[in-house]
Amino acid sequence: MSHAVTADQLHKSYPGGVKALDGLSLDVRAGEVFGLLGPNGAGKSTTVKILTTLARPDSGTAVVAGHDVLRHPERVRREIGVVAQRSALDPMASGRDNLTLQGRIFGVRGTALRRRVGELLDRFDLTGAADRVVRGWSGGMQRRLDVALALVHRPGVLFLDEPTTGLDPEGRAAMWAEIGRLAADESMAILLTTHYLDEADRLAARLAIVDGGRIVAHGTPAHLKEELRGDAVHLELRQPPDEPTARQVIALVPGLREVALDGRRLSARADDGAAAVPAALAALESAGIGVAAVTVARPSLDDVYLRHAGRRFAA
Amino acid sequence: MSTSVRSDPAAGRPAAGNPGVPVLRTLAAHTWWMTGRRLKVLAKQPAFVVIMLVQPAIWLFLFGNLFRRVVELPGFGAGDYLDYIVPGVVVMTAVSSNMWAGMGLLEEIERGTLNRLLTTPVFRSAIMNALVAEQAISTAVQVLAIMLLGLLAGADYPGGVAGLVVLLVAALLLGTVFSALSNTIGMLVRQRETIIGVNTLLLLPLTFLSSAFMAESLMPSWMRAIADANPVNWALDAARAAMTADPDWGVVAVRCGWLALAAAAMVFLSTRTFRAYQKSV
Ligand SMILES: Nc1ncnc2c1ncn2[C@@H]1O[C@H](COP(=O)(O)OP(=O)(O)O)[C@@H](O)[C@H]1O
Ligand SMILES: [Mg+2]
Repeated sequence: MSHAVTADQLHKSYPGGVKALDGLSLDVRAGEVFGLLGPNGAGKSTTVKILTTLARPDSGTAVVAGHDVLRHPERVRREIGVVAQRSALDPMASGRDNLTLQGRIFGVRGTALRRRVGELLDRFDLTGAADRVVRGWSGGMQRRLDVALALVHRPGVLFLDEPTTGLDPEGRAAMWAEIGRLAADESMAILLTTHYLDEADRLAARLAIVDGGRIVAHGTPAHLKEELRGDAVHLELRQPPDEPTARQVIALVPGLREVALDGRRLSARADDGAAAVPAALAALESAGIGVAAVTVARPSLDDVYLRHAGRRFAA
Repeated sequence: MSTSVRSDPAAGRPAAGNPGVPVLRTLAAHTWWMTGRRLKVLAKQPAFVVIMLVQPAIWLFLFGNLFRRVVELPGFGAGDYLDYIVPGVVVMTAVSSNMWAGMGLLEEIERGTLNRLLTTPVFRSAIMNALVAEQAISTAVQVLAIMLLGLLAGADYPGGVAGLVVLLVAALLLGTVFSALSNTIGMLVRQRETIIGVNTLLLLPLTFLSSAFMAESLMPSWMRAIADANPVNWALDAARAAMTADPDWGVVAVRCGWLALAAAAMVFLSTRTFRAYQKSV
Protein backbone atom coordinates (compact mmCIF):
# COMPACT_ATOMS: atom_id res chain seq x y z
CA MET A 1 0.00 0.00 0.00
CA SER A 2 1.78 3.10 -1.18
CA HIS A 3 -1.04 5.51 -0.43
CA ALA A 4 -2.05 6.20 3.13
CA VAL A 5 -5.03 8.27 2.03
CA THR A 6 -6.90 8.51 -1.24
CA ALA A 7 -9.97 10.64 -1.70
CA ASP A 8 -11.81 10.56 -4.97
CA GLN A 9 -14.36 13.12 -6.07
CA LEU A 10 -15.74 14.02 -2.66
CA HIS A 11 -18.90 16.09 -2.67
CA LYS A 12 -20.62 17.36 0.43
CA SER A 13 -23.33 19.93 0.96
CA TYR A 14 -24.65 21.08 4.30
CA PRO A 15 -28.29 21.88 4.97
CA GLY A 16 -28.93 25.40 3.85
CA GLY A 17 -27.27 24.82 0.53
CA VAL A 18 -23.64 25.35 1.51
CA LYS A 19 -21.49 23.36 -0.87
CA ALA A 20 -18.54 22.49 1.35
CA LEU A 21 -16.84 20.07 -1.06
CA ASP A 22 -17.24 20.13 -4.80
CA GLY A 23 -15.35 17.19 -6.22
CA LEU A 24 -12.25 17.15 -4.06
CA SER A 25 -9.65 14.48 -4.75
CA LEU A 26 -6.26 13.99 -3.15
CA ASP A 27 -3.80 11.34 -2.12
CA VAL A 28 -1.30 11.16 0.70
CA ARG A 29 1.62 8.77 0.33
CA ALA A 30 2.76 6.56 3.16
CA GLY A 31 5.26 8.38 5.35
CA GLU A 32 4.85 11.86 3.93
CA VAL A 33 3.51 15.13 5.28
CA PHE A 34 0.83 16.35 2.94
CA GLY A 35 -0.36 19.93 3.30
CA LEU A 36 -3.90 21.03 2.54
CA LEU A 37 -3.73 24.76 2.20
CA GLY A 38 -6.65 27.10 1.83
CA PRO A 39 -8.54 30.04 3.32
CA ASN A 40 -11.35 29.77 5.87
CA GLY A 41 -14.36 28.04 4.43
CA ALA A 42 -12.40 26.32 1.66
CA GLY A 43 -13.45 22.86 2.82
CA LYS A 44 -10.34 21.69 4.71
CA SER A 45 -12.13 20.64 7.88
CA THR A 46 -14.93 19.00 5.94
CA THR A 47 -12.32 16.93 4.13
CA VAL A 48 -10.73 15.92 7.42
CA LYS A 49 -14.13 15.04 8.92
CA ILE A 50 -14.93 12.76 6.02
CA LEU A 51 -11.52 11.08 6.02
CA THR A 52 -11.73 10.50 9.77
CA THR A 53 -15.22 8.91 9.51
CA LEU A 54 -16.95 11.71 11.39
CA ALA A 55 -18.96 12.94 8.43
CA ARG A 56 -20.20 11.14 5.32
CA PRO A 57 -19.79 12.57 1.84
CA ASP A 58 -22.84 12.97 -0.39
CA SER A 59 -20.86 11.19 -3.07
CA GLY A 60 -17.30 10.13 -3.74
CA THR A 61 -15.06 7.57 -2.09
CA ALA A 62 -12.13 7.60 0.24
CA VAL A 63 -9.69 4.98 1.44
CA VAL A 64 -7.64 5.55 4.58
CA ALA A 65 -4.95 3.15 5.80
CA GLY A 66 -6.25 0.59 3.33
CA HIS A 67 -9.88 0.72 4.45
CA ASP A 68 -12.89 2.31 2.82
CA VAL A 69 -14.18 5.08 5.10
CA LEU A 70 -17.79 4.42 4.18
CA ARG A 71 -17.82 0.64 4.25
CA HIS A 72 -15.46 0.02 7.16
CA PRO A 73 -15.32 3.15 9.27
CA GLU A 74 -14.54 1.10 12.39
CA ARG A 75 -11.39 -0.28 10.78
CA VAL A 76 -10.30 3.18 9.72
CA ARG A 77 -10.79 4.50 13.24
CA ARG A 78 -8.30 2.03 14.65
CA GLU A 79 -5.56 3.19 12.34
CA ILE A 80 -5.83 6.95 12.55
CA GLY A 81 -4.99 9.74 14.95
CA VAL A 82 -7.07 12.90 14.74
CA VAL A 83 -6.42 16.42 15.96
CA ALA A 84 -9.49 18.53 15.25
CA GLN A 85 -9.36 22.19 14.45
CA ARG A 86 -10.58 23.09 17.91
CA SER A 87 -9.07 21.57 21.00
CA ALA A 88 -11.19 18.65 22.25
CA LEU A 89 -10.00 17.72 25.73
CA ASP A 90 -11.94 16.77 28.83
CA PRO A 91 -11.38 20.01 30.70
CA MET A 92 -12.14 18.60 34.13
CA ALA A 93 -9.75 15.68 33.76
CA SER A 94 -5.99 15.82 34.21
CA GLY A 95 -3.63 15.52 31.27
CA ARG A 96 -2.71 12.02 32.37
CA ASP A 97 -6.39 10.97 32.66
CA ASN A 98 -7.14 12.34 29.20
CA LEU A 99 -4.29 10.30 27.73
CA THR A 100 -5.09 7.16 29.72
CA LEU A 101 -8.73 7.05 28.65
CA GLN A 102 -7.82 7.63 25.02
CA GLY A 103 -5.30 4.79 25.22
CA ARG A 104 -7.85 2.43 26.77
CA ILE A 105 -10.32 3.11 24.01
CA PHE A 106 -7.68 1.96 21.56
CA GLY A 107 -7.01 -1.18 23.54
CA VAL A 108 -3.70 -0.18 25.13
CA ARG A 109 -3.54 -1.65 28.64
CA GLY A 110 -1.65 -1.91 31.88
CA THR A 111 2.04 -1.10 32.01
CA ALA A 112 2.24 -0.55 28.26
CA LEU A 113 -0.37 2.16 28.66
CA ARG A 114 1.34 3.76 31.65
CA ARG A 115 4.65 3.77 29.83
CA ARG A 116 3.16 5.25 26.65
CA VAL A 117 1.36 7.98 28.58
CA GLY A 118 4.54 8.93 30.44
CA GLU A 119 6.49 8.93 27.20
CA LEU A 120 4.05 11.27 25.47
CA LEU A 121 3.85 13.62 28.43
CA ASP A 122 7.65 13.87 28.37
CA ARG A 123 7.86 14.29 24.68
CA PHE A 124 5.36 17.15 24.62
CA ASP A 125 6.89 18.75 27.67
CA LEU A 126 3.75 18.27 29.77
CA THR A 127 5.09 16.14 32.60
CA GLY A 128 5.10 19.02 35.07
CA ALA A 129 1.39 19.69 34.60
CA ALA A 130 0.38 16.08 33.95
CA ASP A 131 -1.73 15.61 37.07
CA ARG A 132 -3.39 18.99 37.00
CA VAL A 133 -6.83 19.50 35.52
CA VAL A 134 -6.52 20.54 31.87
CA ARG A 135 -8.88 23.48 32.24
CA GLY A 136 -6.14 25.60 33.79
CA TRP A 137 -3.52 24.86 31.14
CA SER A 138 -2.32 27.39 28.58
CA GLY A 139 -3.62 27.19 25.03
CA GLY A 140 -0.28 25.93 23.76
CA MET A 141 -0.16 23.15 26.34
CA GLN A 142 -3.70 22.10 25.53
CA ARG A 143 -2.87 21.96 21.84
CA ARG A 144 0.18 19.79 22.54
CA LEU A 145 -2.01 17.47 24.59
CA ASP A 146 -4.45 17.26 21.67
CA VAL A 147 -1.60 15.98 19.51
CA ALA A 148 -0.35 13.62 22.21
CA LEU A 149 -3.87 12.16 22.49
CA ALA A 150 -3.93 11.46 18.78
CA LEU A 151 -0.64 9.56 19.04
CA VAL A 152 -1.33 7.34 22.02
CA HIS A 153 -2.00 4.21 19.91
CA ARG A 154 0.80 4.87 17.37
CA PRO A 155 -1.48 5.51 14.40
CA GLY A 156 -0.22 4.98 10.87
CA VAL A 157 -2.04 8.04 9.56
CA LEU A 158 -2.31 11.30 11.46
CA PHE A 159 -4.74 14.12 10.67
CA LEU A 160 -3.85 17.56 11.94
CA ASP A 161 -6.50 20.20 11.28
CA GLU A 162 -4.86 23.59 11.68
CA PRO A 163 -2.66 22.45 14.57
CA THR A 164 -0.97 25.81 15.06
CA THR A 165 -3.86 28.24 14.63
CA GLY A 166 -4.12 30.40 17.70
CA LEU A 167 -0.65 29.53 19.02
CA ASP A 168 1.93 32.21 19.77
CA PRO A 169 5.12 32.21 17.64
CA GLU A 170 6.99 30.10 20.18
CA GLY A 171 4.18 27.60 20.34
CA ARG A 172 4.09 27.37 16.58
CA ALA A 173 7.82 26.81 16.35
CA ALA A 174 7.63 24.02 18.93
CA MET A 175 4.70 22.41 17.11
CA TRP A 176 6.54 22.61 13.79
CA ALA A 177 9.56 20.91 15.29
CA GLU A 178 7.38 18.16 16.69
CA ILE A 179 5.52 17.56 13.42
CA GLY A 180 8.80 17.43 11.56
CA ARG A 181 10.08 14.87 14.04
CA LEU A 182 6.96 12.70 13.76
CA ALA A 183 7.29 12.53 10.02
CA ALA A 184 11.00 11.80 10.12
CA ASP A 185 11.23 9.33 13.02
CA GLU A 186 7.94 7.49 12.93
CA SER A 187 7.35 7.34 9.18
CA MET A 188 3.78 8.31 9.79
CA ALA A 189 1.65 9.71 7.01
CA ILE A 190 0.41 13.11 8.06
CA LEU A 191 -2.35 15.14 6.49
CA LEU A 192 -1.96 18.68 7.75
CA THR A 193 -4.37 21.47 7.00
CA THR A 194 -3.34 25.05 7.41
CA HIS A 195 -4.09 28.52 6.26
CA TYR A 196 -0.52 29.59 6.84
CA LEU A 197 1.52 29.54 3.68
CA ASP A 198 4.80 29.46 5.52
CA GLU A 199 3.64 26.45 7.49
CA ALA A 200 2.74 24.46 4.40
CA ASP A 201 5.97 25.56 2.73
CA ARG A 202 8.04 24.48 5.66
CA LEU A 203 6.40 21.19 6.66
CA ALA A 204 4.74 19.64 3.65
CA ALA A 205 6.53 17.37 1.21
CA ARG A 206 3.60 17.84 -1.13
CA LEU A 207 0.65 20.11 -0.89
CA ALA A 208 -2.66 20.92 -2.46
CA ILE A 209 -4.34 24.26 -2.57
CA VAL A 210 -8.03 23.99 -1.86
CA ASP A 211 -10.52 26.69 -2.68
CA GLY A 212 -14.28 26.52 -2.91
CA GLY A 213 -14.33 22.82 -2.05
CA ARG A 214 -11.95 21.63 -4.74
CA ILE A 215 -8.23 21.33 -5.32
CA VAL A 216 -6.99 24.12 -7.52
CA ALA A 217 -3.30 23.17 -7.56
CA HIS A 218 -1.07 20.48 -6.16
CA GLY A 219 2.55 19.43 -6.15
CA THR A 220 5.70 19.95 -4.08
CA PRO A 221 6.15 23.48 -2.77
CA ALA A 222 9.26 23.87 -4.93
CA HIS A 223 7.48 22.59 -8.00
CA LEU A 224 4.52 24.87 -7.47
CA LYS A 225 6.81 27.83 -7.12
CA GLU A 226 8.86 26.87 -10.15
CA GLU A 227 5.72 26.81 -12.22
CA LEU A 228 5.66 30.51 -11.70
CA ARG A 229 8.83 31.27 -13.62
CA GLY A 230 10.66 34.44 -12.76
CA ASP A 231 9.86 37.08 -10.20
CA ALA A 232 6.66 38.29 -8.68
CA VAL A 233 6.09 42.00 -9.21
CA HIS A 234 3.59 43.66 -6.88
CA LEU A 235 2.43 47.20 -7.48
CA GLU A 236 0.34 48.96 -4.88
CA LEU A 237 -1.78 51.60 -6.60
CA ARG A 238 -2.85 54.83 -4.94
CA GLN A 239 -6.50 54.10 -5.60
CA PRO A 240 -8.52 51.29 -7.17
CA PRO A 241 -8.07 51.87 -10.89
CA ASP A 242 -10.49 51.52 -13.74
CA GLU A 243 -9.85 47.84 -14.36
CA PRO A 244 -9.92 47.59 -18.16
CA THR A 245 -7.66 50.63 -18.51
CA ALA A 246 -5.13 49.33 -16.00
CA ARG A 247 -5.05 45.92 -17.64
CA GLN A 248 -4.65 47.42 -21.08
CA VAL A 249 -1.79 49.62 -19.98
CA ILE A 250 0.07 46.83 -18.21
CA ALA A 251 -0.44 44.38 -21.06
CA LEU A 252 1.67 46.63 -23.27
CA VAL A 253 4.66 46.58 -20.90
CA PRO A 254 7.24 44.16 -22.31
CA GLY A 255 8.29 41.30 -20.04
CA LEU A 256 5.17 41.28 -17.77
CA ARG A 257 2.65 38.45 -17.86
CA GLU A 258 -0.07 36.81 -15.77
CA VAL A 259 -1.40 40.11 -14.59
CA ALA A 260 -3.84 39.95 -11.68
CA LEU A 261 -5.69 42.87 -10.21
CA ASP A 262 -7.18 42.69 -6.76
CA GLY A 263 -8.46 46.03 -5.48
CA ARG A 264 -5.47 48.34 -5.33
CA ARG A 265 -2.99 45.50 -5.69
CA LEU A 266 -1.68 44.69 -9.09
CA SER A 267 0.50 41.60 -9.46
CA ALA A 268 2.33 40.15 -12.39
CA ARG A 269 5.22 37.84 -13.26
CA ALA A 270 8.40 38.85 -14.99
CA ASP A 271 11.48 36.90 -16.04
CA ASP A 272 13.50 39.83 -14.81
CA GLY A 273 11.44 41.82 -12.37
CA ALA A 274 13.91 44.62 -11.80
CA ALA A 275 14.07 45.34 -15.52
CA ALA A 276 10.32 45.40 -15.99
CA VAL A 277 9.52 47.77 -13.14
CA PRO A 278 10.63 51.10 -14.69
CA ALA A 279 8.59 50.48 -17.85
CA ALA A 280 5.54 49.47 -15.81
CA LEU A 281 5.79 52.59 -13.63
CA ALA A 282 6.15 54.86 -16.65
CA ALA A 283 3.20 53.29 -18.44
CA LEU A 284 0.92 53.54 -15.40
CA GLU A 285 1.95 57.13 -14.61
CA SER A 286 1.24 58.24 -18.19
CA ALA A 287 -2.21 56.67 -17.96
CA GLY A 288 -2.84 58.66 -14.79
CA ILE A 289 -2.65 55.69 -12.45
CA GLY A 290 -0.55 56.56 -9.42
CA VAL A 291 1.67 53.93 -7.84
CA ALA A 292 2.26 53.98 -4.09
CA ALA A 293 4.71 51.11 -3.71
CA VAL A 294 6.53 48.47 -5.69
CA THR A 295 7.99 45.15 -4.59
CA VAL A 296 9.82 42.53 -6.57
CA ALA A 297 10.16 39.13 -4.99
CA ARG A 298 10.96 35.51 -5.63
CA PRO A 299 7.71 33.59 -6.02
CA SER A 300 6.17 32.42 -2.78
CA LEU A 301 3.30 30.11 -2.05
CA ASP A 302 1.27 33.25 -1.72
CA ASP A 303 1.86 33.84 -5.41
CA VAL A 304 0.98 30.24 -6.16
CA TYR A 305 -2.26 30.75 -4.35
CA LEU A 306 -2.99 33.98 -6.17
CA ARG A 307 -2.34 32.39 -9.50
CA HIS A 308 -4.59 29.39 -8.90
CA ALA A 309 -7.35 30.75 -6.75
CA GLY A 310 -7.47 34.02 -8.65
CA ARG A 311 -7.26 36.20 -5.58
CA ARG A 312 -4.95 37.13 -2.75
CA PHE A 313 -4.54 34.74 0.04
CA ALA A 314 -6.47 36.37 2.87
CA ALA A 315 -5.73 34.35 5.99
CA MET B 1 -31.58 0.60 32.07
CA SER B 2 -30.98 1.61 28.49
CA THR B 3 -32.39 -0.07 25.49
CA SER B 4 -29.62 -1.59 23.50
CA VAL B 5 -28.65 0.65 20.65
CA ARG B 6 -27.53 -1.20 17.59
CA SER B 7 -25.98 1.67 15.72
CA ASP B 8 -22.49 0.24 15.95
CA PRO B 9 -20.76 -0.45 12.75
CA ALA B 10 -18.34 -2.13 15.14
CA ALA B 11 -20.94 -4.41 16.65
CA GLY B 12 -20.42 -7.96 15.55
CA ARG B 13 -16.68 -7.75 15.65
CA PRO B 14 -14.21 -7.45 18.50
CA ALA B 15 -12.96 -3.99 19.34
CA ALA B 16 -9.57 -2.49 18.84
CA GLY B 17 -6.56 -4.43 19.93
CA ASN B 18 -8.56 -7.22 21.54
CA PRO B 19 -9.18 -9.84 18.96
CA GLY B 20 -11.43 -12.47 20.42
CA VAL B 21 -12.92 -10.46 23.25
CA PRO B 22 -16.68 -10.89 22.98
CA VAL B 23 -18.51 -7.85 21.75
CA LEU B 24 -20.79 -7.62 24.77
CA ARG B 25 -17.89 -7.53 27.18
CA THR B 26 -16.22 -4.83 25.16
CA LEU B 27 -19.46 -2.87 25.00
CA ALA B 28 -19.76 -3.17 28.77
CA ALA B 29 -16.16 -2.00 29.22
CA HIS B 30 -16.66 0.96 26.89
CA THR B 31 -19.89 1.91 28.64
CA TRP B 32 -18.10 1.72 31.97
CA TRP B 33 -15.23 3.95 30.79
CA MET B 34 -17.57 6.48 29.22
CA THR B 35 -19.70 6.58 32.38
CA GLY B 36 -16.66 6.82 34.64
CA ARG B 37 -15.38 9.67 32.57
CA ARG B 38 -18.59 11.63 33.14
CA LEU B 39 -18.84 10.75 36.83
CA LYS B 40 -15.26 11.93 37.39
CA VAL B 41 -16.29 15.32 36.10
CA LEU B 42 -19.09 15.34 38.66
CA ALA B 43 -16.73 14.31 41.46
CA LYS B 44 -14.41 17.19 40.60
CA GLN B 45 -17.22 19.64 41.38
CA PRO B 46 -17.95 19.02 45.06
CA ALA B 47 -20.02 22.20 45.34
CA PHE B 48 -22.35 20.85 42.70
CA VAL B 49 -22.64 17.51 44.47
CA VAL B 50 -23.50 19.27 47.72
CA ILE B 51 -26.19 21.33 45.99
CA MET B 52 -27.56 18.15 44.41
CA LEU B 53 -28.06 16.76 47.90
CA VAL B 54 -29.11 19.90 49.72
CA GLN B 55 -31.85 20.86 47.29
CA PRO B 56 -34.09 17.87 47.99
CA ALA B 57 -33.45 18.34 51.71
CA ILE B 58 -34.76 21.89 51.43
CA TRP B 59 -37.82 20.73 49.54
CA LEU B 60 -38.50 18.05 52.11
CA PHE B 61 -38.22 20.60 54.90
CA LEU B 62 -40.19 23.38 53.16
CA PHE B 63 -43.06 21.35 51.80
CA GLY B 64 -43.11 19.19 54.90
CA ASN B 65 -43.72 22.19 57.12
CA LEU B 66 -45.74 24.38 54.79
CA PHE B 67 -48.35 21.76 53.90
CA ARG B 68 -48.16 19.70 57.09
CA ARG B 69 -51.78 20.20 57.95
CA VAL B 70 -53.27 19.28 54.55
CA VAL B 71 -53.54 15.71 55.80
CA GLU B 72 -56.30 16.99 58.03
CA LEU B 73 -58.42 17.78 54.98
CA PRO B 74 -61.31 15.35 54.72
CA GLY B 75 -60.60 12.74 52.09
CA PHE B 76 -56.80 13.24 51.95
CA GLY B 77 -56.33 9.68 52.98
CA ALA B 78 -52.88 9.77 54.58
CA GLY B 79 -52.00 9.93 58.24
CA ASP B 80 -48.66 11.71 58.25
CA TYR B 81 -47.64 14.31 55.69
CA LEU B 82 -43.92 13.55 55.96
CA ASP B 83 -44.60 9.92 55.03
CA TYR B 84 -46.72 11.23 52.18
CA ILE B 85 -44.17 13.60 50.61
CA VAL B 86 -41.04 11.43 50.69
CA PRO B 87 -42.04 9.86 47.36
CA GLY B 88 -43.15 13.31 46.15
CA VAL B 89 -39.77 14.85 46.83
CA VAL B 90 -37.97 11.81 45.37
CA VAL B 91 -39.94 12.05 42.15
CA MET B 92 -39.62 15.82 41.86
CA THR B 93 -35.88 15.51 42.38
CA ALA B 94 -35.60 12.81 39.73
CA VAL B 95 -37.37 15.04 37.23
CA SER B 96 -35.55 18.23 38.08
CA SER B 97 -32.04 16.81 37.99
CA ASN B 98 -32.47 14.66 34.89
CA MET B 99 -33.95 17.58 32.99
CA TRP B 100 -30.49 19.12 32.84
CA ALA B 101 -28.83 16.15 31.14
CA GLY B 102 -28.95 17.94 27.80
CA MET B 103 -26.62 20.62 29.16
CA GLY B 104 -23.87 18.07 29.64
CA LEU B 105 -24.35 16.68 26.17
CA LEU B 106 -24.41 20.16 24.68
CA GLU B 107 -21.14 20.89 26.41
CA GLU B 108 -19.60 17.73 24.92
CA ILE B 109 -20.74 18.84 21.49
CA GLU B 110 -19.43 22.35 21.93
CA ARG B 111 -16.12 21.26 23.39
CA GLY B 112 -15.57 18.86 20.53
CA THR B 113 -15.09 15.93 22.91
CA LEU B 114 -18.07 14.10 21.42
CA ASN B 115 -16.60 14.42 17.93
CA ARG B 116 -13.21 13.27 19.18
CA LEU B 117 -14.78 10.13 20.65
CA LEU B 118 -16.63 9.53 17.41
CA THR B 119 -13.35 9.27 15.50
CA THR B 120 -12.11 6.56 17.89
CA PRO B 121 -13.21 2.91 17.96
CA VAL B 122 -15.37 3.50 21.02
CA PHE B 123 -18.80 1.89 20.62
CA ARG B 124 -21.35 4.49 19.63
CA SER B 125 -23.92 2.84 21.86
CA ALA B 126 -21.49 3.04 24.79
CA ILE B 127 -21.56 6.81 24.45
CA MET B 128 -25.35 6.80 24.56
CA ASN B 129 -25.53 4.25 27.38
CA ALA B 130 -23.13 6.34 29.42
CA LEU B 131 -25.46 9.32 29.22
CA VAL B 132 -28.25 7.23 30.74
CA ALA B 133 -26.03 5.47 33.27
CA GLU B 134 -24.45 8.67 34.55
CA GLN B 135 -27.86 10.18 35.20
CA ALA B 136 -29.15 6.98 36.79
CA ILE B 137 -26.22 6.79 39.19
CA SER B 138 -26.47 10.37 40.34
CA THR B 139 -30.26 10.08 40.63
CA ALA B 140 -29.86 6.93 42.74
CA VAL B 141 -27.52 8.75 45.11
CA GLN B 142 -30.03 11.58 45.49
CA VAL B 143 -32.92 9.19 46.04
CA LEU B 144 -31.07 7.22 48.71
CA ALA B 145 -30.15 10.47 50.45
CA ILE B 146 -33.79 11.58 50.54
CA MET B 147 -34.92 8.23 51.91
CA LEU B 148 -32.31 8.42 54.62
CA LEU B 149 -33.17 12.01 55.44
CA GLY B 150 -36.86 11.11 55.64
CA LEU B 151 -36.03 8.32 58.01
CA LEU B 152 -34.00 10.67 60.21
CA ALA B 153 -36.87 13.16 60.22
CA GLY B 154 -39.19 10.43 61.45
CA ALA B 155 -40.92 9.19 58.30
CA ASP B 156 -42.41 5.70 58.35
CA TYR B 157 -41.96 3.32 55.42
CA PRO B 158 -44.66 0.73 56.02
CA GLY B 159 -43.89 -0.95 52.69
CA GLY B 160 -40.39 -1.72 53.92
CA VAL B 161 -37.41 -2.32 51.69
CA ALA B 162 -39.56 -3.60 48.82
CA GLY B 163 -41.52 -0.34 48.78
CA LEU B 164 -38.33 1.70 48.76
CA VAL B 165 -36.90 -0.38 45.94
CA VAL B 166 -40.00 0.30 43.86
CA LEU B 167 -39.68 4.00 44.62
CA LEU B 168 -36.06 3.92 43.48
CA VAL B 169 -36.84 2.00 40.29
CA ALA B 170 -39.74 4.29 39.45
CA ALA B 171 -37.54 7.34 40.03
CA LEU B 172 -34.80 5.93 37.77
CA LEU B 173 -37.26 5.13 34.98
CA LEU B 174 -38.84 8.54 35.27
CA GLY B 175 -35.39 10.14 35.33
CA THR B 176 -34.49 8.31 32.14
CA VAL B 177 -37.61 9.66 30.43
CA PHE B 178 -36.52 13.19 31.24
CA SER B 179 -32.78 12.84 30.66
CA ALA B 180 -33.39 11.30 27.24
CA LEU B 181 -35.88 14.07 26.46
CA SER B 182 -33.38 16.67 27.56
CA ASN B 183 -30.61 15.09 25.48
CA THR B 184 -32.89 15.06 22.47
CA ILE B 185 -33.73 18.72 22.89
CA GLY B 186 -30.06 19.57 23.45
CA MET B 187 -28.97 17.83 20.24
CA LEU B 188 -31.82 19.31 18.24
CA VAL B 189 -31.63 22.93 19.24
CA ARG B 190 -28.01 23.19 20.46
CA GLN B 191 -28.96 26.04 22.68
CA ARG B 192 -28.76 26.31 26.44
CA GLU B 193 -31.55 28.86 26.63
CA THR B 194 -34.03 26.42 25.16
CA ILE B 195 -33.18 23.75 27.71
CA ILE B 196 -33.47 26.26 30.53
CA GLY B 197 -36.78 27.51 29.12
CA VAL B 198 -38.29 24.06 28.71
CA ASN B 199 -37.23 23.01 32.19
CA THR B 200 -38.57 26.12 33.85
CA LEU B 201 -41.80 25.69 32.00
CA LEU B 202 -42.26 22.01 32.80
CA LEU B 203 -41.01 21.32 36.32
CA LEU B 204 -43.73 22.88 38.45
CA PRO B 205 -46.75 21.92 36.33
CA LEU B 206 -45.48 18.35 36.04
CA THR B 207 -44.94 18.18 39.78
CA PHE B 208 -48.22 19.74 40.82
CA LEU B 209 -50.25 17.88 38.24
CA SER B 210 -49.41 14.75 40.18
CA SER B 211 -50.01 13.43 43.63
CA ALA B 212 -46.52 14.56 44.73
CA PHE B 213 -47.76 16.99 47.38
CA MET B 214 -51.53 16.80 47.16
CA ALA B 215 -53.83 13.79 47.14
CA GLU B 216 -55.32 13.22 43.72
CA SER B 217 -58.78 12.85 45.22
CA LEU B 218 -58.68 16.51 46.26
CA MET B 219 -57.75 17.81 42.80
CA PRO B 220 -60.33 19.35 40.45
CA SER B 221 -61.46 16.69 38.02
CA TRP B 222 -59.79 18.28 34.95
CA MET B 223 -56.49 18.21 36.83
CA ARG B 224 -56.99 14.59 37.70
CA ALA B 225 -57.51 13.83 34.02
CA ILE B 226 -54.17 15.45 33.16
CA ALA B 227 -52.45 13.77 36.08
CA ASP B 228 -53.48 10.38 34.71
CA ALA B 229 -51.44 11.06 31.60
CA ASN B 230 -48.48 12.48 33.52
CA PRO B 231 -45.49 10.10 33.81
CA VAL B 232 -44.58 11.84 37.06
CA ASN B 233 -47.88 10.61 38.44
CA TRP B 234 -47.29 7.10 37.15
CA ALA B 235 -44.10 6.97 39.19
CA LEU B 236 -45.97 8.20 42.26
CA ASP B 237 -48.83 5.73 41.80
CA ALA B 238 -46.36 2.87 41.58
CA ALA B 239 -44.36 4.05 44.58
CA ARG B 240 -47.39 4.78 46.75
CA ALA B 241 -48.94 1.41 45.90
CA ALA B 242 -45.74 -0.35 46.94
CA MET B 243 -44.98 1.73 50.01
CA THR B 244 -48.06 0.76 51.99
CA ALA B 245 -48.31 -2.05 54.49
CA ASP B 246 -50.48 -3.91 52.00
CA PRO B 247 -48.92 -3.30 48.57
CA ASP B 248 -51.01 -3.47 45.40
CA TRP B 249 -48.53 -5.18 43.08
CA GLY B 250 -50.89 -4.99 40.12
CA VAL B 251 -50.78 -1.18 40.15
CA VAL B 252 -47.00 -1.29 40.67
CA ALA B 253 -46.52 -3.56 37.65
CA VAL B 254 -48.80 -1.59 35.33
CA ARG B 255 -47.42 1.82 36.26
CA CYS B 256 -43.80 0.69 36.11
CA GLY B 257 -44.56 -0.93 32.76
CA TRP B 258 -45.83 2.35 31.36
CA LEU B 259 -42.81 4.17 32.73
CA ALA B 260 -40.49 1.61 31.18
CA LEU B 261 -42.25 2.06 27.85
CA ALA B 262 -42.00 5.82 28.05
CA ALA B 263 -38.31 5.56 28.96
CA ALA B 264 -37.64 3.17 26.08
CA ALA B 265 -39.48 5.44 23.66
CA MET B 266 -37.49 8.49 24.81
CA VAL B 267 -34.16 6.68 24.63
CA PHE B 268 -35.09 5.51 21.15
CA LEU B 269 -35.93 9.08 20.17
CA SER B 270 -32.65 10.39 21.55
CA THR B 271 -30.76 7.70 19.65
CA ARG B 272 -32.44 8.72 16.42
CA THR B 273 -31.57 12.32 17.14
CA PHE B 274 -28.00 11.29 17.83
CA ARG B 275 -27.82 9.80 14.36
CA ALA B 276 -29.24 12.97 12.90
CA TYR B 277 -26.59 14.86 14.84
CA GLN B 278 -23.87 12.70 13.28
CA LYS B 279 -25.20 13.67 9.87
CA SER B 280 -24.99 17.36 10.67
CA VAL B 281 -21.34 17.35 11.75
N1 LIG C 1 -21.55 21.43 10.30
C1 LIG C 1 -21.73 22.34 9.32
N2 LIG C 1 -22.97 22.77 9.03
C2 LIG C 1 -23.18 23.67 8.04
N3 LIG C 1 -22.20 24.19 7.27
C3 LIG C 1 -20.93 23.81 7.51
C4 LIG C 1 -20.63 22.87 8.54
N4 LIG C 1 -19.29 22.67 8.53
C5 LIG C 1 -18.79 23.44 7.56
N5 LIG C 1 -19.77 24.14 6.94
C6 LIG C 1 -19.57 25.06 5.79
O1 LIG C 1 -18.86 24.38 4.78
C7 LIG C 1 -17.87 25.20 4.21
C8 LIG C 1 -16.50 24.57 4.38
O2 LIG C 1 -16.18 24.59 5.76
P1 LIG C 1 -14.86 23.96 6.35
O3 LIG C 1 -14.64 22.63 5.77
O4 LIG C 1 -14.97 24.05 7.83
O5 LIG C 1 -13.74 24.95 5.82
P2 LIG C 1 -12.25 25.20 6.33
O6 LIG C 1 -11.91 24.15 7.33
O7 LIG C 1 -11.42 25.14 5.11
O8 LIG C 1 -12.24 26.56 6.94
C9 LIG C 1 -18.00 26.56 4.88
O9 LIG C 1 -18.79 27.38 4.06
C10 LIG C 1 -18.71 26.24 6.17
O10 LIG C 1 -19.49 27.34 6.58
MG1 LIG D 1 -11.35 24.34 9.20
